[in-house]
Amino acid sequence: MSQSQIANTSPSQRRILVLGATSGIAEATCRIWASQGASLFLVARNAEKLAAVAADLRARGASFVDTAVSDLDDTDAHPALLAHAVNSLGGLDVAYLAHGVLGDQTRAEQEFNTAAHILHTNFMAPVSLVTWLANFFVQRRSGVIAVLSSVAGDRGRKSNYVYGSSKAGLSAFLAGLRNRVDREGVTVLTIKPGPTKTAMTAGMKGAEKFADVNAVARSIVAAIDKRKDNLYVPFQWQPIMFVIRHIPERVFKKLNL
Amino acid sequence: MSLRSTGEESSVKAPFESWGRYPLYRANVIPLHWQSDFPAVTQNLHNGILPVGLGRSYGDVGLLKDGNLLVTTGMDRIIAFDPETGLLTAEAGISLAQILDFAVPRGFFLPVTPGTKYVTLGGAIANDIHGKNHHVAGTFGCHVTEFELVRSDGTVIRCSPSQNPEFYAMTIGGLGLTGFIRWATLRLKPIVSRKIDYEGIQFHGIDEFLALTEASKEIEYTVSWVDCTSTGKNFCRGIFMQGDHSTKRAELKRSPEPKLVFPFDAPGFLLNHLSVAAFNTLFFHKQIQKRQVTLQDYEPFFYPLDKVLHWNRMYGKSGLLQFQYAIPWDLAREGTVAILKEVAKSGLASFLAVLKAFGDVPSPGVMSFPKPGITLALDFPIKPDKSFPLFERLADMTLEFGGRLYPAKDAAMTAAQFQAFYPQWQQLARFRDPMITSSFWERVTGDQPNL
Ligand SMILES: Cc1cc2nc3c(=O)[nH]c(=O)nc-3n(C[C@H](O)[C@H](O)[C@H](O)COP(=O)(O)OP(=O)(O)OC[C@H]3O[C@@H](n4cnc5c(N)ncnc54)[C@H](O)[C@@H]3O)c2cc1C
Repeated sequence: MSQSQIANTSPSQRRILVLGATSGIAEATCRIWASQGASLFLVARNAEKLAAVAADLRARGASFVDTAVSDLDDTDAHPALLAHAVNSLGGLDVAYLAHGVLGDQTRAEQEFNTAAHILHTNFMAPVSLVTWLANFFVQRRSGVIAVLSSVAGDRGRKSNYVYGSSKAGLSAFLAGLRNRVDREGVTVLTIKPGPTKTAMTAGMKGAEKFADVNAVARSIVAAIDKRKDNLYVPFQWQPIMFVIRHIPERVFKKLNL
Repeated sequence: MSLRSTGEESSVKAPFESWGRYPLYRANVIPLHWQSDFPAVTQNLHNGILPVGLGRSYGDVGLLKDGNLLVTTGMDRIIAFDPETGLLTAEAGISLAQILDFAVPRGFFLPVTPGTKYVTLGGAIANDIHGKNHHVAGTFGCHVTEFELVRSDGTVIRCSPSQNPEFYAMTIGGLGLTGFIRWATLRLKPIVSRKIDYEGIQFHGIDEFLALTEASKEIEYTVSWVDCTSTGKNFCRGIFMQGDHSTKRAELKRSPEPKLVFPFDAPGFLLNHLSVAAFNTLFFHKQIQKRQVTLQDYEPFFYPLDKVLHWNRMYGKSGLLQFQYAIPWDLAREGTVAILKEVAKSGLASFLAVLKAFGDVPSPGVMSFPKPGITLALDFPIKPDKSFPLFERLADMTLEFGGRLYPAKDAAMTAAQFQAFYPQWQQLARFRDPMITSSFWERVTGDQPNL
């Protein structure tokens, strides 16, 4: 059953919804889909950036590109937005959630509002979107929900535990959802990229050693095609995070990570 | 969805290496991602700025000591493509590699390409680069129909041969100094196959090279490799390489993704004169026959070195420098022989010496480097005490023979030499954006940023 429609849908007929389409990893992923001829519905906050991304994807061969400018923090707007996207695409095969913020850890340590904002954008908003999408796909007994979480969610670290906990919550939510909908023919893919070279990480210390965003995007497209459940990308992060998760707490709390 | 920073982020003074890894300057590296980022990012900057691409220039045209480098590679979107005319409009940070990935499967190719595909559209315009087809196609700038130039004060100038033609002419080959190139339109040319009909021919001596050049006028791509370590009867021996796009229809697939990375700095002893001489001998005799004819993919034909990303690290930490001149026809033969003799005599090693005839297709760029005659490009590992006196001598010889040097490959010419090579420099000085400067420009003009 789980080998249902998407397996039969050729990449060029695929209808894909992308939330947070102007983020670096999302844009790189969309370029691959565009070159395969997919149909895309793109959502982002900034109209000018969204238009530039949409024009690029049209030129690269997407069969169809439509866009909506929307602040995804506004969860009340989600149902109408998602219904509009499905309508525009004439159906839906893949939903890809790629929006999120790194946020300001130092400020979040001092004031709850900053932390709450990070948690809202990275956890509450995706929960709202994914809930709607899961129910939509369950009804049709097919579909893939692919969500960008992060290796930072595998263990809280002092340098970014607010961001990390939002991603930890998201990963746990997706694992539970997968457990619920897998038998209904719906795939839930949790993507855990390590540090990747994008606009979000530009200027960070050591950024020149971060993973190449196009290589990350190729792995994501392949994982969706193979209907995988979890993806660490680059794959070397899987054993690294295995070790990090298993460091005893009394040692871990003394480390400077 | 704000993209604010974590506590980890800081505006770093990172080393931004040019391809030659010499000179090494620290600068504030600021990545640009969106068209609206410029001039917005310059708001609170107090030092000079310089837009840069993939850093494939050898010396200091793409460096600004203690200033701000605006790295354009995040601006790599395609804005429009017309499959009827082959006109491609894209953001200036797109690389020629990305353009090929897009264009080849659609039956199009770059009108002009340098020896690496890892350069940006903006960088290709700013240095008005040339390829193996200069004798028929002219420079890169000949195929740029339009671009948008943004000045640091926010003025946007649309440039084409008919719109703001003086900014068009000063920016092509303008070394990034006239403003920020935001996007550009390039005319691609149709192909029906990835393949090149290739022919390699051994030659002995400059006269054989000149005869082969004369005989291949109708062939689109020509370039020669010369062994610049040999003297006596092997002096100026080499391989003449020529090719045309195959006209036999064949599958136009994309190139595979690059894999190999050269991961470490080679120790200096690998690079002594003996090993380079051995390498050159090997290269010459790799082609056993006098003539070799094959059908070859365009990648190895145009980009033999791109297979090893960052091969420049092979030269070790002290870096390398190219020395490339163009000498007009009347003294081209004499000048080339004299300079090759001087190089052989110096005993300084060079892996690659590339010899080619430039044709007479004029560039729209005022500061463009090529002119009809012979061009020679030589690689030298940098040995501070020995290299620079040699470079200065070679530059003086170039001047005597009426030639000039290529700023994209230079880190050594003196202000007096530059100003003699390019008397138009004062025109460029007038069109320069007041906030923009480069270490090259400061070195060859004595100009300081005027903020
Ligand atoms: C292996 C190899 C082979 C080469 N072969 C050739 C060859 O055959 N022919 C040839 O001509 N050159 C050749 N080159 C040189 C190379 O083509 C040029 O140096 C090219 O300009 C590099 O482009 P870049 O994107 O790396 O630009 P950079 O080196 O980063 O910058 C070059 C110049 O462009 C300016 N610039 C970049 N982007 C912008 C922008 N958006 N707006 C305004 N100014 C901008 C910079 O200020 C700087 O002056 C070769 C280089 C290598 C490493």
